[in-house]
Amino acid sequence: MKDLAGARPEPAFEITVDGRPVSVLPGQTVGAALHAAGIRSWRTTRFGGRPRGLFCGIGVCFDCLVSVNGSPEQRACLLVARAGDEVVTS
Amino acid sequence: MNAYDLVVVGGGPAGVAGALTAAQAGLRVALLDSGARLGGQYFRHLPASFHASREGMLHHGLDRFVRQSGTLERLADLRLGHQVWAVTRQEELLAVHAVMTSDGPHGHPVELPVVLRTRALLIATGAHDRPLPFPGWDLPGVLTAGGAQALLKGNLVAAGRRVVVAGTGPFLLPVAAGLARSGTRVAEVLEANGGLGLAGHPWLALSKAGEAAGYAATLLRHRVPYRTRHAVVAAHGERELTHVSVARIDRDWRIRATRTVECDTLAVGYGFVPQIDLATQLGCDTGHDLDGSPIVTVDASQSTSVPGVYAAGEPTGVGGAVLSELEGRIAGLAIAAELGTPPAGEPPAVPGLLLRRRTRLRAFARALQQAYPVQDGWQSWLADDTLVCRCEEVTLGAIREAQRLGATDARSIKLLARPGMGWCQGRMCGHAVACLAGQAPQPPRRPLAQPITLGALERISDDKPN
Repeated sequence: MKDLAGARPEPAFEITVDGRPVSVLPGQTVGAALHAAGIRSWRTTRFGGRPRGLFCGIGVCFDCLVSVNGSPEQRACLLVARAGDEVVTS
Repeated sequence: MNAYDLVVVGGGPAGVAGALTAAQAGLRVALLDSGARLGGQYFRHLPASFHASREGMLHHGLDRFVRQSGTLERLADLRLGHQVWAVTRQEELLAVHAVMTSDGPHGHPVELPVVLRTRALLIATGAHDRPLPFPGWDLPGVLTAGGAQALLKGNLVAAGRRVVVAGTGPFLLPVAAGLARSGTRVAEVLEANGGLGLAGHPWLALSKAGEAAGYAATLLRHRVPYRTRHAVVAAHGERELTHVSVARIDRDWRIRATRTVECDTLAVGYGFVPQIDLATQLGCDTGHDLDGSPIVTVDASQSTSVPGVYAAGEPTGVGGAVLSELEGRIAGLAIAAELGTPPAGEPPAVPGLLLRRRTRLRAFARALQQAYPVQDGWQSWLADDTLVCRCEEVTLGAIREAQRLGATDARSIKLLARPGMGWCQGRMCGHAVACLAGQAPQPPRRPLAQPITLGALERISDDKPN
């Protein structure tokens, strides 16, 4: 994958997702890091209790909402992750 | 605070070309974009921290765009991470209202309001994927085609391990080709409209070589089946996608036969919805694209019906990156001529050559749109319990019930059954609800183009320069 773009990413750091460590390459969004870690389902809907994750991926659909460092309703697909971020899903 | 000559909203091909052209003509220009980097959707690229030496491999024309962005950075005020939620008129000027997220106390992000005043505005807000609802489309693992592309081009993350790409339109080709080249197994590409397979793809027929041919060759090399008149009509899985129902469909998209395909990811898109919220806020005249999408009406100089307000790129009709860049450039020249900037001398009028090129590219865009319509038969894929509105979890049954109660148009259906009232404000389901109501989609009426917290609204102060 990295060969595709000749990428030499800087060393990975960790964030936590519901207390569990997830590795992130600097510059990746929270949503992309979750997806890369195989976590693709992280929100539950209000009425039907349906699972949700990334859908539009560009900040339009709001399906990927997470809480980051205590700040609720952040779009995981837009938010660039930073070392030590505490992500909580609902 | 001094006003800008031009504020550009959107940092894709149209916005960057418009801002650069105007700044090079001597205008005082600011460009706002919600992303962390310029590029928009088409030129979405990796962060500098990836040190990607061959990123041009991921998309056509990126190297040139990056050079333009570098020049723009020196000539204009670039404001990334800014979400524009409204534009209002303030006497002779326009006020562009945005929020940016900043670090507050204890590392908590705080939304800060930003207001920029300007003599002219260029709306270059692009478009987003147009999804169609079908049973299971809300399962994690089902992504829009643009979402899959954003993961790859902006994060170097493959959307899945075994992917089906489905929908209609030329955009399915780069999405599938990008995934295939990243080492992802692309199980199938399913084009709902007709054609003679990959070799007879209308994009190839219209342009013969170049970009489309490259994608086609990639799909052939990776032995990815490309099937026309096929669609994903249902997605299945418990917590995540595990398989999809693939149907052979007729000209009207009615199901002829179905089979099951295992996959962990579906990338699906049925064209694009131009983002024209800011234009409708300002009262700009709108019209309809060939596919029925509401678009902003512009004249030969990309000017809308509202003085000082210009639009370029997808908001004036979906036509792709090359046309967008050209429209941005024409708008930049026209705005510079209109505002009569120093140094004195010949005003940079719009050369006829650019206008003729735009005519050709628009004709090409129209031909592509005609080749990839959305046919009504998709409505027959839905069951009563299929979600139409993802945010408010409104089913087809609830919409039909609202219609039985007398809601005859999309707006009445929304008021009665709530589709389009949630987080996304109808951006995902609006087209579908209009079709289910038997209407052409109406221009958006969204006083806020982005959600904004009450806290941020409270922090707006007209006295302080921003």
